[in-house]
Amino acid sequence: MPYVPHTPEDIRRMLDVIGAPSVESLFDEIGPEMRPKRFDLPEGQSEMDVLAHMEALAAKNVSGQVSFLGAGFYDHHIPAAVDALSMRSEFYTAYTPYQPEASQGTLQAIFEYQTAVTRLTGLPYANASLYDGGTALFEAAMMSVRHTGRRKLVVCEAVSPIYRVMLNSYTSNLHLELVTIPHKNGVCDLAALTAALDADTAAVIVQNPNFFGAVSDFSNLFASARAAGVVSIISVYPVLQSVLKTPGEMAADVAVAEGQSLGLPLSFGGPYLGIMTCNKALVRQMPGRVVGRTVDGQGRTGYVLTLQAREQHIRRQKATSNICSNQALCALRALLYLCLVGQEGLTRTANLCLERAHYAAERLTAIPGVARLSGSAPFGNEFAITLPVNAYQVIDKLTSRGVVPGFPLGRYYAGLENALLVACTEKTSMESIGIFAEMLRGSL
Amino acid sequence: MNTVFKKSTPGREGVWPAKPGKAAPDLLPAGLLRGASANLPSLSELDVVRHFTGLSQLNYGVDGNFYPLGSCTMKYNPKFAETVAALPGFTRLHPMLPQLKGAGRLCQGALEVMYETEQLLCEICGMKAFTLHPMAGAHGELTGVMIIAAYHKDKGNKKTKIIVPDSAHGTNPASAHIAGFDVVNLPSKDGIVDPDELAKVLDDEVAGMMMTCPNTLGLFEKNLPRIVEMLRGVDALLYYDGANMNAIMGKMRVGDAGFDVVHLNLHKTFATPHGGGGPGAGPVGVSERLVPYLPISRVEKLEDGQFFLNYDFPKSIGYVAPFYGNFGVVLRAYAYILRLGKAGLVRATEAAVLSANYLRKRLDKVLEVPFDRVCMHEFVASACNMSECHVRALDIAKALLDKGYHAPTIYFPLIVKEALMFEPTETESLDTLDQFADDLIAILAEAEKNPEFVTGAPRTLPVTRLDETRAARNMELTDDL
Amino acid sequence: MVPNDLKYAKSHEWTKIEGDTATIGITQFAQEQLGDLTFVDLPKVGAVLTAGAEMGSVESVKAASELYAPVSGTVAEVNAALENAPEAVNQDPYGAGWMLKVKLSAVPADLLDAAAYADVCAAEAH
Repeated sequence: MPYVPHTPEDIRRMLDVIGAPSVESLFDEIGPEMRPKRFDLPEGQSEMDVLAHMEALAAKNVSGQVSFLGAGFYDHHIPAAVDALSMRSEFYTAYTPYQPEASQGTLQAIFEYQTAVTRLTGLPYANASLYDGGTALFEAAMMSVRHTGRRKLVVCEAVSPIYRVMLNSYTSNLHLELVTIPHKNGVCDLAALTAALDADTAAVIVQNPNFFGAVSDFSNLFASARAAGVVSIISVYPVLQSVLKTPGEMAADVAVAEGQSLGLPLSFGGPYLGIMTCNKALVRQMPGRVVGRTVDGQGRTGYVLTLQAREQHIRRQKATSNICSNQALCALRALLYLCLVGQEGLTRTANLCLERAHYAAERLTAIPGVARLSGSAPFGNEFAITLPVNAYQVIDKLTSRGVVPGFPLGRYYAGLENALLVACTEKTSMESIGIFAEMLRGSL
Repeated sequence: MNTVFKKSTPGREGVWPAKPGKAAPDLLPAGLLRGASANLPSLSELDVVRHFTGLSQLNYGVDGNFYPLGSCTMKYNPKFAETVAALPGFTRLHPMLPQLKGAGRLCQGALEVMYETEQLLCEICGMKAFTLHPMAGAHGELTGVMIIAAYHKDKGNKKTKIIVPDSAHGTNPASAHIAGFDVVNLPSKDGIVDPDELAKVLDDEVAGMMMTCPNTLGLFEKNLPRIVEMLRGVDALLYYDGANMNAIMGKMRVGDAGFDVVHLNLHKTFATPHGGGGPGAGPVGVSERLVPYLPISRVEKLEDGQFFLNYDFPKSIGYVAPFYGNFGVVLRAYAYILRLGKAGLVRATEAAVLSANYLRKRLDKVLEVPFDRVCMHEFVASACNMSECHVRALDIAKALLDKGYHAPTIYFPLIVKEALMFEPTETESLDTLDQFADDLIAILAEAEKNPEFVTGAPRTLPVTRLDETRAARNMELTDDL
Repeated sequence: MVPNDLKYAKSHEWTKIEGDTATIGITQFAQEQLGDLTFVDLPKVGAVLTAGAEMGSVESVKAASELYAPVSGTVAEVNAALENAPEAVNQDPYGAGWMLKVKLSAVPADLLDAAAYADVCAAEAH
């Protein structure tokens, strides 16, 4: 039997020591009324056969298209060394570092990850990571609720609709009020967001670039929030954080991000990485694991899980969150990515994304009937265009010809059925942008 | 070892992409750009490889070290599952493809993996339907409790409480609380749930009860049929914490036994790697009456064999994950289940239980085992012999590290003093178990003669015991603080 | 070590009542049980306390405990030094480790004297 090393002789010896007549007798406490009614599973297969089966399934997924699909999840280059190093078994076959002396590798890597993400967001504190950008945003909202004792969350409609539906699900039993402030042609309505802040508001939640790709400066909004005792929460795109004004520079209180773009494959939705950073006033409200630096008995530097008294295994129902694990291996990959590309490489990557996206916007809006949804508003690596036809119509036509043109905004926004969200990364070639533009022109 | 940031040398080239023709200042207003540099390190590829290879060597992992960490199921992670998860046909798939009408045809293979995995988990657990969305065990618990809440809300039941036995994982009460319930703690008797104690706290306001079976003492909850009946009497649902599912595969199906909700830890029972603390995956299975409340989307199969995502479930709790859960982890678990098949899964359970009982019998002469009867996949010992504590669990744990073993789980469950929780798993050979038992017995003998031998451990690792109080007081969480 | 001039709550807070002001802290026994404190979370000045209700918490590396108000009243002063030096509670629980000064509105009748509190500690230690 694969992976079980015991020979019949081993089993005999073990049963003798236990004093049990048979292996089955060890299960005697499971009474007949609790036994399975059936257990109808396929027979096992050889490694070769399972691999062949999985390769056949992988091949059923159509690959090789040129894709402009992003919507918060992007296809970036992953340096080969990210795979090689994260596949070292000392990292990936370890558990949560409960025994710090035997886990300094994992602990120092998480400490370095915490450092790297705080440098990206410009806020001083970080945790060891959360499941994904959406759960990170929910946890940030709960931090604000605990910190302020208030129960209203003001959310910009241009925050990813995927995260907003998650917020809805999670807050539905918690007696929290979610107030959504409509976007204006894909741009955050800063005046309306500011006007919505009141003495019951726990947090204002925005995203930069927002779901439509538009880039804003939220400094004034956050200043108004601070004056009203409201926590400022911003979700960002880490790759662009190498060039865009940081949450720290805007004086946000909490910055979260989906870390997938930092060395993690798209992998059909996960595993991803929830990045969480915050300022000092909120650090004890942070959920999940946190690594801190300290010394051993001989004064040598070492790393430990810290601030654990907030966590579920100690506080039980009074914990800041029910989270047990982080996404350690994903955090490691993000750190590896950031170290391998380095300051210059990440800046170049961001600039390439911007350059390609701006070129694409120029090419696409040169087509009669195609315009930018947000007019001349600044944008990052992604932008929304309006088409003379329903976006699904274009998607159907172009995907069958090998180009995935983007995301149909009507999927989440009523009234935007003709709008398409188009993303570029450093992997998007100028040539493929030209092909897309010509194909779109031909399809209209 | 210095941090990677201290090793940075400005000007050193890493894995850089080509130089762009335009940069952010050419394309965006200056007021939208960051002022100071993010100050990420500048390193050569080899610098980075050396640094992280060095860091990895400071870790214990299953591949190098026996890792009997109770309740965490540190079994061997087969390598072929990594090959499967790395297939480009899966890793390159954008999760939003299925939302582009008609583009579901671009990801049929991935949808089929999800569908088939759900079917297999249903058969293993005896549940009606599964969702793969929860991204970890605790996330599965939260999802499960949210489903319980939605069920009662839909039925118009006024339910405010969830019962959690004192032997439960700490995540259980925390999950119930975050889903909006009050938590009622239930003391156990003789190591298991006692129906008489349950009767004292059971009333019409109880929405459900969360059970781990076998529980965190490694004991089977033999009063289960009675408990099921009592909960049914007040329309309360029974939740199965599947952290210990590896103890019962093929021996009990939680659905057949009367549970309404179950979460599984794919990284435990189905051998996907723990990754130093994640990613995991926590699929949730439900009985027929709870199917309408599962999170959306749900993968379905059409008569023509095509797979699609259905979002049309008005009673659903909504979205718990951005997409379909940790697909990369699900892939590994699916491949593992196919590889082992029916006989292999049963054998894995039998071998896990056999190994735990063998280790228990090898150690119960030198360590107190408070409930010294047949255990399931793990057992809990106490460092206190006859309530006299000469040596602490923490010290035993550190001495084991010096011998090249990862320590068992210590100080959990809370109901055993100086607890040491051992879970050897089915993948360790008899030689390994014997060597471990011999070494532990030797440690205890030495500790009796010379307590400093254990209180001064570990000595052979990169650091000795660390000052955790200092870490918590100083909150030095980054290299910049 | 249970000073005679203080009153005690069964939940291990001490209070010293002087006129309409009460000073509050936790006892030597409590700090010993908790171990090295890493954080003290206290109410703000102006907060209204109700005797017996939760008023804050203390954390050590491996534990967290709630603090309960031994008296009712309004917080007049908070020991700000504890924010950066929670170890003062361990080193000097009845002196530099004081936590709050409260303007009294009510003193519960069931506060313990030193002897009665010493009995509580003795019982819990076993």
